[in-house]
Amino acid sequence: MAKITYVQPDGSKQTIEGEIDATVMEVAVKNQVAGIDADCGGACACATCHVYVAEDWISVTGAPSEMEEDMLDFAYDIRETSRLSCQLKIKDELDGLNVHIPEQQG
Amino acid sequence: MTPDSADPIETVSTDVAIIGAGPAGLFAVFELGLLDLKCCLIDILDKPGGQCAELYPEKPIYDIPGLPQISGQDLADQLVQQGAPFEPEMIFGHMVSELERLEDKTFRLTTDRGLKVEAKVIVVAAGGGSFQPKRPPIPDLEEFEEKSIFFAVRRIEDFRDRNILIVGGGDSALDWTVALEPVAKSVTLLHRRPDFRGTPDSVNKMRALVDAGKVNLVIGQVTGLNGENGQLSSAGIRSEDGPPEIACDAMLPFFGLTMKLGPVSDWGLNIVDKHIPVDTETFQTNQPGIFAVGDINIYPGKLKLILCGFHEVALMSHAVHKHIYPDRVIKMQYSTTSKDLKKKLGVA
Repeated sequence: MAKITYVQPDGSKQTIEGEIDATVMEVAVKNQVAGIDADCGGACACATCHVYVAEDWISVTGAPSEMEEDMLDFAYDIRETSRLSCQLKIKDELDGLNVHIPEQQG
Repeated sequence: MTPDSADPIETVSTDVAIIGAGPAGLFAVFELGLLDLKCCLIDILDKPGGQCAELYPEKPIYDIPGLPQISGQDLADQLVQQGAPFEPEMIFGHMVSELERLEDKTFRLTTDRGLKVEAKVIVVAAGGGSFQPKRPPIPDLEEFEEKSIFFAVRRIEDFRDRNILIVGGGDSALDWTVALEPVAKSVTLLHRRPDFRGTPDSVNKMRALVDAGKVNLVIGQVTGLNGENGQLSSAGIRSEDGPPEIACDAMLPFFGLTMKLGPVSDWGLNIVDKHIPVDTETFQTNQPGIFAVGDINIYPGKLKLILCGFHEVALMSHAVHKHIYPDRVIKMQYSTTSKDLKKKLGVA
């Protein structure tokens, strides 16, 4: 298990223990974290699970794949730290990860 | 039949009206066809295939039994071909907006463009709901929508002599950049990064126009809108080396499509968390005569897989036959051996 903290735009936080190999999106949806819609169910086909990875975690999460970059075009207010949470697989190294949820999904 | 231009005033009569032409809806044409039931498919998209064709036409699918690998588009094409012997009515570009139950317990559907479909049974195979253009959450967007911000181009002439800002990096953004450039006063294409998702041909055409000085390409994102009474005058931009503002009097954002449950929620169906509960013996909803298959339904153990949708369609089809003809017995036949079935499929 790894602890993932979801930070809402108003600053409120929810820390949830996620199973290794689950995705940051799946853990959010399962625990009804507001603001992660995940319309397509994790196929990297909709960009409604957009999150901003906390800057100090970028080196751990790495960069999005080409497919994910393409999909991020459909999200709104993209920043350097933007990721689709369905593509963030939980590993031991991600224990303590912080992700910020955007004001709105695109 | 594919009504697409004028708003048709006509009524289609059929046994089963299927809302949604994704894999489940398309396969239902085949399964219901084997039982001699005529189908009419209605979809908001302009083509069959649902999410397979719209969201991931080129992505390979690996879990269709017997097909180790098939692309979304190929699966859609093959399902259309499989159902073709049963000559379904296909209505594209229409969203079913109303459902009425008639006195004889049959149904009448009305689409957003006024077409009516009368059917003995309704099958909701609407997946994640109806596809609608994504509205980027830009502040004050509603104020300008349909006045100077549009999510689709209905008539190219409407954009003559306008200063157009097109936003996006896929084929829609690229194709409309190329198509509107000759009539517009100016065209600016805004995309968040220098790479484009569109087909190489579309990207090349756009770049040629940029090189010729006919299209202005800016890398950045829209942050705000300026204008009065719905008339846009400029868009605020966040960009590394571009301008802070782009003057424009029309804007076309192309951020893909999203799915909304839409009018389905107004038809008296039980809805639990955007899904329709069904009985797993019949796939009937809480409303007699209305069935639901594929991603849109929910039941204990539900898996959102295309192959589960196919299974649901087979059971649903038998239940639909029983609903329409309660006294007729279905003789179980197999397509490998039955002469009768082979004749229906045109292979006898």
